Amino acid sequence: MLYFSKLRILFITLFSVLFILIASSNLFKFDDNFFDKKINLGLDLQGGSYLLLEIDNEPVIEQKLQNLTTTIRNYFKEKNIKINNIKIENQNIFFNVIENDKQFILDVFQDENSELNPYYPRFKSHQLEIEDTGLNFKVNFSRQGLIKLKTSSQDQAIEIVRRRVDEVGTNEPNILKRGNNRILVELPGLDDPMRIKSLLGKTANLTFRFVTNDENDRFGVDKLKFENGIEEATVSKRIIISGENLLDAQPKMDTQTNQTIVSFTLDRVGAKRFGKATSTGIGKQLAIVLDGKIISAPVVRDTIASGSGQISGGFTFQTATDLALLLRSGALPAPLEIIEERTVGPDLGQDSINAGMIALAIGFMLVIIFMFVKYRIFGLITNVTLIVNLFILLGILTLFEATLTLPGIAGIILTVGMAVDANVLIFERIKEELKDESNNILAFDGGYTKSRTAILDANITTLLAAIILFFMGSGPVKGFAVTLGVGIFTTLFSVYFIARLFTSIYVARNKNKENLI
Amino acid sequence: MIAFNKYYNHFNLLSSILIVVSLLLLIFKGLNFGIDFKGGTLIELRASDSKINVSSLRDRFNQMNLGDVSVKKFGNDTDFLVKFENKDNKKNIIEEIKTNLDKSFGNNYDFRRVENVGPKVSAELLKSGVIAISLSLALMLIYIWIRFEWQFSLGAILALFHDVVVTLGVFSLFSLEINLSIIAAVLTIVGYSMNDTVVIFDRVRENLRKYSDIKIFELTNISINETLSRTIITSATTLLALLAIYFFGGEILKGFSLAMILGVVFGTYSSIYIANTVLVRLRVSQKTILRDEDQNKLN
Repeated sequence: MLYFSKLRILFITLFSVLFILIASSNLFKFDDNFFDKKINLGLDLQGGSYLLLEIDNEPVIEQKLQNLTTTIRNYFKEKNIKINNIKIENQNIFFNVIENDKQFILDVFQDENSELNPYYPRFKSHQLEIEDTGLNFKVNFSRQGLIKLKTSSQDQAIEIVRRRVDEVGTNEPNILKRGNNRILVELPGLDDPMRIKSLLGKTANLTFRFVTNDENDRFGVDKLKFENGIEEATVSKRIIISGENLLDAQPKMDTQTNQTIVSFTLDRVGAKRFGKATSTGIGKQLAIVLDGKIISAPVVRDTIASGSGQISGGFTFQTATDLALLLRSGALPAPLEIIEERTVGPDLGQDSINAGMIALAIGFMLVIIFMFVKYRIFGLITNVTLIVNLFILLGILTLFEATLTLPGIAGIILTVGMAVDANVLIFERIKEELKDESNNILAFDGGYTKSRTAILDANITTLLAAIILFFMGSGPVKGFAVTLGVGIFTTLFSVYFIARLFTSIYVARNKNKENLI
Repeated sequence: MIAFNKYYNHFNLLSSILIVVSLLLLIFKGLNFGIDFKGGTLIELRASDSKINVSSLRDRFNQMNLGDVSVKKFGNDTDFLVKFENKDNKKNIIEEIKTNLDKSFGNNYDFRRVENVGPKVSAELLKSGVIAISLSLALMLIYIWIRFEWQFSLGAILALFHDVVVTLGVFSLFSLEINLSIIAAVLTIVGYSMNDTVVIFDRVRENLRKYSDIKIFELTNISINETLSRTIITSATTLLALLAIYFFGGEILKGFSLAMILGVVFGTYSSIYIANTVLVRLRVSQKTILRDEDQNKLN
């Protein structure tokens, strides 16, 4: 156990120097790309905001089912089958047909090439499930159908969220999917997430619809409130143009009225429809509806054929800017709810870094002094190993650009405290060996060999705990699991290569000295 | 040699009492869950005006209809920790609070940290915390079973159970807050206590092979003594590191390091007085470990 070949010594030295260099790149700037890496600071250390959003898919499902009833009715109408009493209840569609048509309906729904009910061969499942309850048919989304629907609305939502966050212009936001109905947004350096929260809280569904007094409007009507929550108006369900038709939206100052407005430009289809509607609807009120509330309902005075227009509604410059931003980035497929928020101000983050570093320095000093007092020359070897160990640990974290959190720093300090364990086990074993063995080299060799199983078992159990923590823990706690887990490997490396190398050199030079340890 | 084995029975009794008391505390008093597991809102506030103190803050917050509000000093005289249920999960609660506080205190305060955990998330976090701890105990049980014999595995797991339950019992007794970092601490305790137990067990197994004529009662005592200096030194260095975190690592890590300190103390104690006594009570002998090896030879 005490012999080292020249090659191995070279390898150990190179390895240690490499990681010390990488670790020191956190302090200095290197020109080289490989070395110029830095440990990422977690949001709890650099300050910032962590938001977990959940997509409320209920309205999407309702809407899809609503569309499906029309599709089903039309599809079978072409085949001369009459669908009766079709209705939606608890996310199920119910309908009935005459007895003779029943089999045909079932066949259509269960055909793998069905146009009506897409089949996913990968999951061996249709989008919809149909059940003949005897009284009527019951149709609902299958498990796979629901998953498809959720992931697609998540895909759309994350795109919109990204656009909105980018527009606000925070530095290096991190936007990730979580499960199939959640989105994680990390905003480093942001200490007041109010604006982003209010932007993400809005679906931004914009429609232009005529105000009507005719309750029996062909398209149906909605009674909608104005933004102020007091006035009300009856609005036709017919959508003239919607947010999808917008090419651009910008906040502007209206020079005539001195009001802040949002001006918009429409795409070709939108411009055509807007032109037509404004020419036939002169004198009528056109309601601008955002998320079910009327922003304003100006009277149409002229045909607007230019494909651009403006929205006024008593905006401040901030609200006009935000509305323009929302309109530019598009509507969310479904409402988002913020179900978890954690925000740390930058000065608290700095305080945490300082406290963590002071604790690390003091913990380190205490352990070093203790080991030196206890083991003298071998304490010194342990301490040198401990320092190299710390650098390798930081080097690995840097190399993988891992995220360091406050609990992560605690993990490093704890690693320092526990890293000496392996050396202590070895030294204590050597002491025992020396009781019956006068040859120093044999005693040291025996000490290393016989302590190996205990060291291995002890470290594997800690590693198991760290692995579980990594997979089950969240946020900052994950950072703790990482430093604790990586720390075990660096500790074993430094104990079995670096400390053993120093020990073997020292023992070889003092072969015949008594009471070596 | 210290006669640890003289007190096996005494300390077994003590540990049984500790476990029962802890379980009773956990059942009847329960744990003081933080917002991570209970849901709600937390605000860490720093004041730059001496008018702002616990009672004036409490008055302000109580007027806002937020449900149960707790206001505490946090570390020093200018920092406060405010927690409330946020029952209706109001969306713009933080703005409302800011406008409200501005009226009484002007601009003389600053929110340093805001955490808001919805009921769904907190329930999930609690569930994954419980799963993590159970899973780690199960994995340790299996690992020791593979490396040693079932008697050892049982001893180790009883020791772990003791450490986790008694540590949580202390948290219950003093109503200390349980949050995500405490779960991390408990898992680390599991790892550490296991570590400690394994080192002694490793020696017990080695001595079982060496001496066929020494009874397990004596043998565990020999093994404990042989590994004692290592036990003391490692516990000491780990405690030194933890004390550094506790005193200098800032308020946020206080609960975490306290749990770890308790865990290291209980873990060291249980390795000696629980894990080993299980071996004694199960009458482990040389046969216990040799049977497996003989079978291995036959295979």
